[in-house]
Amino acid sequence: MNGFPILSIMLLVPAVAAVACLFLDAKSARWLALAATLVDLALGIVLWASFDIGGAQWQFVEHSDALFGSFSWALGIDGFALLLIMLSVFLMPICIGASWEAVTERVPEYMAAFLLTEVLMIGTFAAQDLFLFYVFFEAGLIPMYLIIGIWGGVNRIYASYKFFLYTLLGSVLMLIAMLWMTQQAGTTYIPDLMNHDFPAHAQTWLWLAFFASFAVKMPMWPVHTWLPDAHVQAPTAGSVILAGVLLKLGGYGFLRFSLPMFPEASSQLIWLIFGLSAIAVIYTSLVALVQSDMKKLIAYSSVAHMAIVTIGLFAFNRQGIEGAMMIMLGHGLVSGALFLCVGVIYDRLHTREINRYGGLAINMPRYAVFFLLFTMASIGLPGTSNFVGELLALMGTYQVSTWTALLCTTGIILGAAYMLYLYRRVVFGDLIKDDVKAMPDLSMREIALLAPIAAVVLWMGVYPESFLAPMRQDVTILLNRIDRAQPASDSAPSAGNPAAAAARHHAEGEAH
Amino acid sequence: MTSIQFIVFLPLLAAAFAGLSNRAFGTIVPKVATTGALFIACALSWPIFIGFLSGANEAGVAPVFTWMKSGSFDVAWQLRVDALTSVMLVVVTSVSFLVHLYSWGYMEEDPDQPRFFAYLSLFTFAMLMLVTANNLIQMFFGWEGVGLASYLLIGFWFRKPSANAAAIKAFVVNRVGDLGFMLGIFGTYLVFNTVSIPEILQAAPGMAGSTIGFLGHRYDTMTVICLLLFVGAMGKSAQLGLHTWLPDAMEGPTPVSALIHAATMVTAGVFMVCRLSPMFETSPTALGFITFIGGATCFFAATIGTVQTDIKRVIAYSTCSQLGYMFFAAGVGAYGAAMFHLFTHAFFKALLFLGAGSVIHAMHHEQDMRCYGALRKEIPVTFWAMMAGTLAITGVGIIDVGGFAGYHSKDAIIESAFAAGSYPAYWAGVIAALLTSFYSWRLMFLTFWGKPRWITSEHVQHAVHEAHGHHPAEDAHVAHSGAEVADNPQAEDSGSEPHVHGPHETDLPEGTGGYHPHESPIVMLIPLIVLSMGAVFAGYFFHPFFIDPESAGAFWKGSVFFNEHLAHASHEIPTWAKLSATVVMLLGLAVAWYGYIANKDFPAKFADHFRLLYRFLLNKWYFDELYHFIFVRPAFAIGRFFWKAGDEGTIDRFGPNGSAAVVSFGSRLAGRLQSGYLYSYAFVMLIGLTAAITWAVTR
Repeated sequence: MNGFPILSIMLLVPAVAAVACLFLDAKSARWLALAATLVDLALGIVLWASFDIGGAQWQFVEHSDALFGSFSWALGIDGFALLLIMLSVFLMPICIGASWEAVTERVPEYMAAFLLTEVLMIGTFAAQDLFLFYVFFEAGLIPMYLIIGIWGGVNRIYASYKFFLYTLLGSVLMLIAMLWMTQQAGTTYIPDLMNHDFPAHAQTWLWLAFFASFAVKMPMWPVHTWLPDAHVQAPTAGSVILAGVLLKLGGYGFLRFSLPMFPEASSQLIWLIFGLSAIAVIYTSLVALVQSDMKKLIAYSSVAHMAIVTIGLFAFNRQGIEGAMMIMLGHGLVSGALFLCVGVIYDRLHTREINRYGGLAINMPRYAVFFLLFTMASIGLPGTSNFVGELLALMGTYQVSTWTALLCTTGIILGAAYMLYLYRRVVFGDLIKDDVKAMPDLSMREIALLAPIAAVVLWMGVYPESFLAPMRQDVTILLNRIDRAQPASDSAPSAGNPAAAAARHHAEGEAH
Repeated sequence: MTSIQFIVFLPLLAAAFAGLSNRAFGTIVPKVATTGALFIACALSWPIFIGFLSGANEAGVAPVFTWMKSGSFDVAWQLRVDALTSVMLVVVTSVSFLVHLYSWGYMEEDPDQPRFFAYLSLFTFAMLMLVTANNLIQMFFGWEGVGLASYLLIGFWFRKPSANAAAIKAFVVNRVGDLGFMLGIFGTYLVFNTVSIPEILQAAPGMAGSTIGFLGHRYDTMTVICLLLFVGAMGKSAQLGLHTWLPDAMEGPTPVSALIHAATMVTAGVFMVCRLSPMFETSPTALGFITFIGGATCFFAATIGTVQTDIKRVIAYSTCSQLGYMFFAAGVGAYGAAMFHLFTHAFFKALLFLGAGSVIHAMHHEQDMRCYGALRKEIPVTFWAMMAGTLAITGVGIIDVGGFAGYHSKDAIIESAFAAGSYPAYWAGVIAALLTSFYSWRLMFLTFWGKPRWITSEHVQHAVHEAHGHHPAEDAHVAHSGAEVADNPQAEDSGSEPHVHGPHETDLPEGTGGYHPHESPIVMLIPLIVLSMGAVFAGYFFHPFFIDPESAGAFWKGSVFFNEHLAHASHEIPTWAKLSATVVMLLGLAVAWYGYIANKDFPAKFADHFRLLYRFLLNKWYFDELYHFIFVRPAFAIGRFFWKAGDEGTIDRFGPNGSAAVVSFGSRLAGRLQSGYLYSYAFVMLIGLTAAITWAVTR
């Protein structure tokens, strides 16, 4: 693939389509958007197929200094970025499909906003220049802001404003930190910055500045309250992309910036990450338990799952980091699918109130099967994507902090409680409400949206090797970089002394 | 042993076929597919088991493919076959096949049969993955898979609120145990740098005397790991503290209770301890804890079993108690005896459950034993099958001659406890044997002896009423409505309608209300007869292989830790200790006979006299109330508090909603959006950002 600017083309296709959409009518805009996202998916598959596992760290590198100032068009991906780009291009056509009938107003603008989101997400993951990254990263919230603010629910203005406020405030601090860093290191090239040793005293401040931005995007407790509102008000496809990809930007940021650029600070502030994450798992799981709005419930569960990503990332070992990446991918698929499941019944009854439903297993058996699969995946049932990630991330955490591992593993109990309680109220029970009885089962379009996700969820659960292999070498590089700051473990076992123990045992035996 | 792949994956294929086709092929095709798959699996499993009995087979591992690799954490899908697995293979596939067959009759009228059979086969697949696991992660896969199947089957009649509640309870309580299991796996990997079971077992003795940090303190490594893993076993096997889900699981159809909640899934915990027995042997503390929990459960569950009136709940508590036996056997080091009891128990307990199902079927879904009586003549095959099960569970036999299945396995456990010097466990076992005998005979006497009390049952009245007057279709409709189900939480809305005689008032036998119970169809009787054979002969035939000191070591071939010394010692205990189990068995029979045949006022008087004790037992030691009070209600209350007072009252209040100025900014923004400036807004923002950065960088 030498010389072929596949990453730029992947950015260009939806960008051109977005502009073109604005000049089309609703029907053509839908088809154009679908075609553009499918082309990007096809390019993504080419990208994955031609990615050289175990080859150079940065592949498909494109570099041009044509942009003004010290701002350069530098693209290139490693395994982490590859997988997250795949997640984005995989979910995008599904989002367009999910909006096919649900969105009827200002369709061309809506499609343009989604295509723009795709451009910005791919750009974020592919950018190798610090400020190029910044523009993509922050601009990503503009189309999402519009999607919530224009096509959202009743309270959309409040939600979009809250979303905007949180994310922007965090990003200002990050921008200041970036400016300082480029002055200090004399480069804006991310691969160089990743190997630049910043002075230890500055690292803490830089780390905190980045943390302000990533923690909001993640979102970590206590800056998570924008997420439930944003999800509740966003249209279905907006929720899918928000949960599926935008929430992964925070984790990607930690992985790309905080850990390799500030290893000492990461190690020192591990207590902050572990503390906030452990609180998040228990706190938001309990909050999810008492929700009466389906989308809010799933939104809170996302906060709990993302907390396991953060502990895994900061476990400073292979299982933790690989597990965190697997959860990001798995959660992207599963929570996206769960929002689609909510969207399916919302389109029929126009309410997200859990108690308005019940007994759907009777008149919507296909829906019940899909919803069950994604519920179980969300709970982390082995054989589904989320299990692999949660197992590895928690296992990695255990090697550093048994307390954090214990507190976060309670998430598997609480997660089962709130998800099964949700499933019971929506799908099980008797079918007595007349309007619920009238709901038809999944249409072919809806099956076509859910079935691919279901297939990948099972694939990731049964043969995660396909997803672990591309990032293996990048984890090694990262571990080599951060190894010097390895935090102390509270669980290290000492060597065994069987002879002494056997002698003692023997003595006890004699005493009998 | 390539047949192992067929054994494990055929049920999966059948489940997928039956589940996905649902009603597309009617009900017969999915039923034939699943039952056929299980028949093949069963037919392939016995030769493997026999091969191990004869010593012809060697342990082996059949690879499937890689699962996940993360550094030294390398997990593959593998199917391990050794003597221990072969025992579980025959238990799982045989009982599962018989339960599939039985369900043809029992679920006859249920409209959702393909789904039911798909779940049964899915369960069997997960259980087989569990017992063939060569590493802890695959074991956990099977562990959770059976949990899923159990959840789906308990909640099979999903219109019933009680079934849904029971299903969630089963899953969540099991997850509490899984928390321990997962932490145990993490600890194991940290210590041994592998999750492969053979490698762990090989390295375990070398870790004796090592310490590990856990929650801020340092403890003995093997003790920490073993105890964490054992918490998982406690959840799955419903041991004291985590047992509350098992009685509620009786909401599922009765064949499910027989397969999952008696013969197979609940024994997974025992299997895990036996599979990891060389590891548990390195921690006397953990073994002591297992003995304690096993003994306590075995006693505690038996006490509750004595006062329950629902026939399935009596058997459920009995299961809980028998699992306690298996655990304390493992705790004292008699893993062979634990596995032997697991093996025999699978047959006689599945038999008792299927027999109870047959009784319930005959009594028009009535489960309250107080409404039974005198069924001996009405349903003779069921009666004799239940009799075989009762003789097996109470352990009827003659010393040095032989007896029914439970005589060999349960007495071996009690003797091992005595020989190992665990006298509290020994006494717990003996007292539980007394209680077992009492509640088992109480069940038999209430159900099959005495005078008919059928008329007191609402279900029977309903059936009699239905037989003359109402239109059958109309009744079927009523039976499936939520209101009816809510009124009769014990109702099982399936099974064929027993024939009902018209009310010839004059020649009505007393108490029958004109109801005439019918024996179950032949597909339900065949499993009963086959399992009766197991209940009668399994102990006598197989004890040389499982427990006898001379021959058992050659059978196990190291797949469980076989303590030959203990096996010898348990043969040489005093005669009174050997006879104790038989004596209390007779005593229990005598008390049950006195209370439920000779002097029927006695139980009521006794309950009156010891009111507090009776209420304590009737309310199951108040575990459910206690847990509801300390876990369930606070979880919801705290959740609501965090939401209202935390998120909305604190974070939002001082965060985004903080200042009036910000809010007004928001509303102005809103105004602008609505007045059509949105494109210009977006562009201004994007360009502004870019310009700001460029200026900052290039100045």
